[in-house]
Amino acid sequence: MNNIIIAWRNLWRNKRRTLITVASVFFGVLFSTVMTSMQEGSYSSMVDNVVKFYSGYIQVHSEDYWENKTINNTFEPTDSLIDKISQVKEVIHFTPRLESFALASSEEITKGVMVLGVDPVKESQVTGIEKWIEKGRYLNPGDKGILVGIDLAKYLQLDLNDTIVLLSQGYHGISAAGKYPIAGILNFPSPELNRQTLYMELSNCQDFYSAYNLLTSLVIMVKNQYDLPDAMKELRNEISSPFSVMSWNEMQPELVQMIEADRAGGVFMKALLYMIIGFGILGTIMMMISERRREMGVMVAIGMQRFKLGNIIFFETLFIGFLGVLVGFLGSIPIIGYYYNNPIRLPADAAEIMIEMGIEPLLYFSWMPSVFYNQVITIFVITALIAIYPVYKSRTMKVNLALRA
Amino acid sequence: MPVRQDWKVYRNVRTLNKSNKMSIIEINNLTKIYDGSEVEVIAVNGIDLSFDKGEFAAIVGPSGSGKTTFLNLLGGLDRPTSGEVIVDGVNIWNLKSRKLIDFRMNNIGFVFQSYNLIPVLTAKENVEFVMHLQGRPKAERYKRTRELMESVGLADRLNSRPAKLSGGQQQRVAVARALASKPKFILADEPTANLDSKSTENLLDIMENLNKDENITFIFSTHDARVVKKARRVITIEDGKVVWDEKR
Ligand SMILES: Nc1ncnc2c1ncn2[C@@H]1O[C@H](COP(=O)(O)OP(=O)(O)O)[C@@H](O)[C@H]1O
Ligand SMILES: [Mg+2]
Repeated sequence: MNNIIIAWRNLWRNKRRTLITVASVFFGVLFSTVMTSMQEGSYSSMVDNVVKFYSGYIQVHSEDYWENKTINNTFEPTDSLIDKISQVKEVIHFTPRLESFALASSEEITKGVMVLGVDPVKESQVTGIEKWIEKGRYLNPGDKGILVGIDLAKYLQLDLNDTIVLLSQGYHGISAAGKYPIAGILNFPSPELNRQTLYMELSNCQDFYSAYNLLTSLVIMVKNQYDLPDAMKELRNEISSPFSVMSWNEMQPELVQMIEADRAGGVFMKALLYMIIGFGILGTIMMMISERRREMGVMVAIGMQRFKLGNIIFFETLFIGFLGVLVGFLGSIPIIGYYYNNPIRLPADAAEIMIEMGIEPLLYFSWMPSVFYNQVITIFVITALIAIYPVYKSRTMKVNLALRA
Repeated sequence: MPVRQDWKVYRNVRTLNKSNKMSIIEINNLTKIYDGSEVEVIAVNGIDLSFDKGEFAAIVGPSGSGKTTFLNLLGGLDRPTSGEVIVDGVNIWNLKSRKLIDFRMNNIGFVFQSYNLIPVLTAKENVEFVMHLQGRPKAERYKRTRELMESVGLADRLNSRPAKLSGGQQQRVAVARALASKPKFILADEPTANLDSKSTENLLDIMENLNKDENITFIFSTHDARVVKKARRVITIEDGKVVWDEKR
């Protein structure tokens, strides 16, 4: 017969009103979780497209490279540099790369492409490009064959075992030219990569650019996002001029900005929604209080401290909020769970626009715990704010007037 | 400051002197003025009274004469404009708000005209409620609740919610609840006003028996002649003043 039981029973005195209020919280939570899950899912797929398929979490460059990405701002990987990187405990893999641009031609068609010279074994540990092979085979050490993105192959009207001609400028202006057979065709989840990438075995690539033993970058993988700050700190401590260390978000500021702006938009919408729900709960609580003035007066008259009375109404508010959260989760978990495993494929015309923009035409959902616990925190804050009203009311209630009500 | 202290000493001496007569309530020059928006109402106008342990007293007067206001001032529910209420030597209106609530909990039982009970609690839980607030142990609560429900003749309605009880039964539960905290006295503001004559008689009998058998002090207001007949002291109020105070 303590306050919690009284609060719980009070809740069901007007079942319909309570259920309607709970339902409003339910819809709010359902909408917010599904929307947040979709947002966060698409952000992580965007980040994955960049980080896991291409840039890695961290890169080490020659310090001038980022400002001026030419084959001349390359470096030779010294043993001490490699040592320093391998000693950072958050680092799980890293791989050398030589990246530059070239003109790729088939018989009649020419297109600018991004050339990546990679160590086949290490690259596969870092970005796992092996698994995106759609046709043909992956690269071997010393391989003369190349891998091309599927859309690039289509554009150049080339297929497996056809020859591609590459033209570019090599190290210190030496002209670079070569003919390479297509060993494999890559189909990434990222349309942008499919359209413009061409992978070569590292020494093959160094030959092509006459950049012997030189790299543009060392691409470093850590386990996940959360290990990134520590790894960055240690690497920055250890590695300095003439090298520079950059994290993916420094290398992709536009992506970070875009995500942040989109997330802010979501937060605004959810705040608006929760505000409406909050006022709904407040209305219900106000009605409950005004209906119960007399019995509240009786309770204080016979010896209940006012703050305890306030607690009862606070619990009632809390119950409404958390019942809503609970049923909201019961509703949203199956939805999110389903779409997490089966991302939504966008209809053809929308998909085309997204591919144009270099974005995968799939709507991913996130299963991050924060999608859920953020709702719990939000509802708790709202109920705590709403509870100010009943607590104030029970503090200022005039018992003699309440008894005459 | 010295003046106030003198007062305290004086008061203590006075209550000490009267304690052999077992006076438990002393009311001195009690006044309540309501500042209405247009006229001010003197609801209680300079009442001096004292009550002894074991009294069975009726406050009588027409509607609007100030009975409810008087009982509220006496019970610590409405702050007097001036004057004092001293219960067992404690000037209750000098207590801080929280202390006053605790004082009511431990010393005063209340029965109101109607809708006394907490609707979401059963009869038994309503009776236990104050003992809960007092932090009484479970075994004691259990035993006392059953004894009290027995003494108001509702041993078979322990688990009924108020809505399932008649008006008379509700008032009997309210009496049981008022007694649960072992108060020094019980204030009942027109407890029979909403009852039919049979329930009125029944409730009065219960109150009378509790008064006789257990020496429980009852102060109740009424304007019902049949209720007045049962009282052993009748205090008549008109326009906030005591016009007649008769013991019999
Ligand atoms: N809160 C209040 N504000 C203003 N006037 C009040 C208030 N409460 C009671 N009164 C007035 O005080 C007088 C006494 O009322 P009350 O104590 O209720 O009398 P009774 O209980 O004998 O009917 C009445 O004139 C009533 O209108
Ligand atoms: Mg009255």
